[in-house]
Amino acid sequence: MELMTAPSIAEQPTPKAKSSSGCLRPHIEVENLNLYIQNNHILKNINLAIPDKSITCIIGPSGCGKTTLLRTFNRLHDGSVDVKITGKLFVDCEDIYAKDTEVTHIRKKMGLLAQRPCSLPMSIIDNVVYGPRIHGVRGKRKLYAIARHQLNAVGLWEEVKDRLKSPASKLSIGQQQRLCLARGLAVEPEIILGDEATSALDPISSKTIEELFLSIKDKYTIVLVTHTLRQAKRIADYVAFMYMGELIEFGTADQVFNHPKHKLTKEYISGGFS
Amino acid sequence: MKKLEEKIFKILMIGSTVLILSILLYILYVIMKKGLPSLSWDMISKIPSGGFYLGKEGGILNAIMGSLYLIFFSVVISLMISVPVVMYLNFTLRRKSKLAAFARLTFDVLFGIPSIVYGAFGFTVMIYFGLQASLLGGIIAISLLIIPVMIRSIDEVAILIPNDLVEATKSLGATNYETIKVITRQLLPGISTAVLLSVGRGIGDAATVLFTAGYTDSIPTSLTQPAASLPLAIFFQLSSPVEEVQNRAYAAALVLTIIILTLSFAARYFSRRLSKNKI
Repeated sequence: MELMTAPSIAEQPTPKAKSSSGCLRPHIEVENLNLYIQNNHILKNINLAIPDKSITCIIGPSGCGKTTLLRTFNRLHDGSVDVKITGKLFVDCEDIYAKDTEVTHIRKKMGLLAQRPCSLPMSIIDNVVYGPRIHGVRGKRKLYAIARHQLNAVGLWEEVKDRLKSPASKLSIGQQQRLCLARGLAVEPEIILGDEATSALDPISSKTIEELFLSIKDKYTIVLVTHTLRQAKRIADYVAFMYMGELIEFGTADQVFNHPKHKLTKEYISGGFS
Repeated sequence: MKKLEEKIFKILMIGSTVLILSILLYILYVIMKKGLPSLSWDMISKIPSGGFYLGKEGGILNAIMGSLYLIFFSVVISLMISVPVVMYLNFTLRRKSKLAAFARLTFDVLFGIPSIVYGAFGFTVMIYFGLQASLLGGIIAISLLIIPVMIRSIDEVAILIPNDLVEATKSLGATNYETIKVITRQLLPGISTAVLLSVGRGIGDAATVLFTAGYTDSIPTSLTQPAASLPLAIFFQLSSPVEEVQNRAYAAALVLTIIILTLSFAARYFSRRLSKNKI
């Protein structure tokens, strides 16, 4: 499969990426990635450079490997013994599947938003500052400031400021998802991964989340797996279309949606199959 | 027809509930009626004096303390073994792994082994190491008895913990140790139920401690001394021909019941407080 090289942004990395690690490549770059579960070839030779500071949506029919691909980005397959991965995956120029790469610091660079919000069994504020805490931030006032800042960023502050100490599980599911986003943002990642992050939410909550993504995309590299084409159309800057474990097409949203190059893409987008 | 079916089942359900409740209440009634008159401050604050088993002065403090020592240390030891085992079964092994399935089957089998077998097994182990009937022997035997109980009941809760929780913490850059802390927090209600069940099973069991902890009229002061226990105190007193001593057995049973009930309520109370929020 031919790799559609990502557009100009990929070649002009943002100043932040340059200064933080001296890395001239985009945050996430996938090279000849293959993934096998038991003996099934799930991801087939994926090559992909995810443009920085924009929203990239991975679309495709169910079972095409979207989520599996997303989970390779922060090595969530590590725990499963029967997953075998070959190829390279660079995060800030560091091959995260190299032998001596330490996994926690890779994961710290990425916030993950799961399909169903999963709040930790603690209070609202402890949820937000869990990440900073385990990475060594101390001091009540400092943590409170972080919590306030991040809850503000996801528009949750006004709703929860009077009950920061109550259990996070008492929030509505949409609020919990925003809380999870705040929790992810609190570790100051550069990348945000969303695995169908709005599929369990009601339309209003999912709209809130979408707007959040749009409002923070100038600061973060956002990769979303989505099942709804309409959502991808609404928010994506770049779109990757996957089918049967292969990356069929990658390009700007305009290009993929309006002038798809590949027949399969065209069919999928026009609703030929799902 | 449907209506009749529903009625029959309703009656069955209510009937079983009433049956169980009335058995429980009857047991309480019997031990209260026979035990309360013999229950005195002396009974719970003194150790047996000479001739206690023939109706003379003394109390069962030796058995109360012995039982508390035995169960406390066994629960602590079993927790230290069970929690890591459950973590390994649920979060290191895959959920459907064959080893995990085999381990669970093993624990079920161990769960079903009668306590006298644990007692006998503990006894042979003790002979092998040259130990005599002692507090230590009793603790080991009771631990063997309650570890499967604990593992299985914590496991029931651990199975329900979504993998999402593990991934959520890991994706924040948490190490395995930090992830385990979060999981443990989520597991606390399960752990407290497990402790409760094991205390109930361990403290009320006579067969395990019969050979392993032995029986004595004094309160043990070291691990190598024999230790009395309430179930055996009940057993020995009940087999006495003196009626007064028999009644004391019911008083001892009442003490045992009160201990278990107190521990149950305390555990419920704390687990509710703990699970509400954070630790």
